[in-house]
Amino acid sequence: MPSRRWPEAGLAAALLLLGLAILLPASAAGPVSPARQAELRHLLIHDCGSCHGMTMRGGLGSPLLPSALEGRSDALLVEVILGGIRGTAMPPWAGEITEDEARWMVRLLRQGGLP
Amino acid sequence: MIARRGLLGAAALAAGTLPLRAGTAAAAPAPALRGSGDLGLVIERASGSILLIETSGRTAIGRVEGLGDLSHAAAVFSRDMRYAYIFGRDGGLSKIDMLRGALVARIVQAGNSIGGAISDDGALIAVGNYQPGGVKLFDSASLALKADIPASFGGAGARSKVVGLADLPGRRFAYSLFDAGEIWVAGLGANGTPEVQRFADVGRQPYDGFVTPDGRHYVAGLFGEDGLARIDFWQAEPRSQRILEGYGRGEEPLPVYKMPHLRGWAAAGEKLFLPAIGRHELLVVDRRSWTEIGRVATHGQPVFAVARPDGRHVWVNFAHPRNDVVQVVDTLSHEVVRSITPGRAVMHMEFTPRGEQLWLSVRDANRVDVHDTRSLERIATLPAQAPSGIFMAARAVRIGF
Repeated sequence: MPSRRWPEAGLAAALLLLGLAILLPASAAGPVSPARQAELRHLLIHDCGSCHGMTMRGGLGSPLLPSALEGRSDALLVEVILGGIRGTAMPPWAGEITEDEARWMVRLLRQGGLP
Repeated sequence: MIARRGLLGAAALAAGTLPLRAGTAAAAPAPALRGSGDLGLVIERASGSILLIETSGRTAIGRVEGLGDLSHAAAVFSRDMRYAYIFGRDGGLSKIDMLRGALVARIVQAGNSIGGAISDDGALIAVGNYQPGGVKLFDSASLALKADIPASFGGAGARSKVVGLADLPGRRFAYSLFDAGEIWVAGLGANGTPEVQRFADVGRQPYDGFVTPDGRHYVAGLFGEDGLARIDFWQAEPRSQRILEGYGRGEEPLPVYKMPHLRGWAAAGEKLFLPAIGRHELLVVDRRSWTEIGRVATHGQPVFAVARPDGRHVWVNFAHPRNDVVQVVDTLSHEVVRSITPGRAVMHMEFTPRGEQLWLSVRDANRVDVHDTRSLERIATLPAQAPSGIFMAARAVRIGF
């Protein structure tokens, strides 16, 4: 019985994005437009929230409150968002979210106070 | 105890007004007598409220607020169909008087909760909890705690998240342990102490479960492998068996952006329609042999598939990002007969008791739509605040609901 795994393509895309993130200077990170920020906030609350809880206190997925994210680097969290976690219910979002956008979402999570 | 009233005497209804946010009942006329068989409620997930609805005139008749975090909230009903019990994500358990439109009792019983069930005799409310992982049983009248059953496994103090809690005949509840890969059946013994029957090694990561309409089988979907686990409780010595093993045929599944829900899943005539995890497919299963007899190619990854009460059609909604569409499947031909696009984030669908109407929630449009299930056309629409689950009071008389 094969275990459930994420497509190689998704992981490869995530690793590629991570590689670019490392190669490019921080100043190259494009801004996330206000309209896109609103979409991402909505996605975070409702779609991430379907597993992590609308208030990020956790559910089938881990809590994403600021205290729960302490000690985890931005780079790791961005990697998890884009590439998912194999063997768990966390899917890769690289097809839908860019590295800049994932980084913006991590900042929002670290601020707390959602929704 | 804050009891917000949202109902509505007959006079208010006749005048076409909707006292949704009336702060006091002092000025309201005495409500006319009415039954509750055509009532229901809509979860308004972002505002911690429920909208009370009636399906004869297809209107909203009130709103009850102050129910906490209602993301992923679910409801069960008392056997007299008067009271609704709402299970909130934040561990809240709220008891609503559907006739008075009032919150009558509320407790916060855990840190993080996923859903619940009511016993066949109506006496016990069971709640499944993620944190701390386990099941608690409450007196349905007072909400007093009757039993606390930790979902312990592995011997090192670990507790599993509980999913797929459903009532079984005989004042029992079946549920799955996501982290432990087990199914448990719990009830109260003669002296009031909990009695638990454990089924180990049912499969990897059971993510939800349901009881068949006859109360005979409990079926758990598995996230960690291609297959489902089934227990036949009519047998003298029930045991867990794998069914539909390897339905993915070794192909890589797609990423799953929303877990399917099995509660309320589609038993239609002699067939079951089940989700293929990570696939744009329904699996059609023969209810006697529990083998696959067909597949239905769908618009996206199914989240809910609910059978019209007569079993002639199954309505399906889908996971993000393909959640703007619902499809209607013919249960004889296994073909999609209609695709409807209500709008972004169709969260849930619920039939009226005899199935002549289907109500569906469109979260991002702040709208609930009502469809005629013969013509499939929309016949009414109601405003609601980020609506998700829709629950009709007639669930009270159904096993496994």
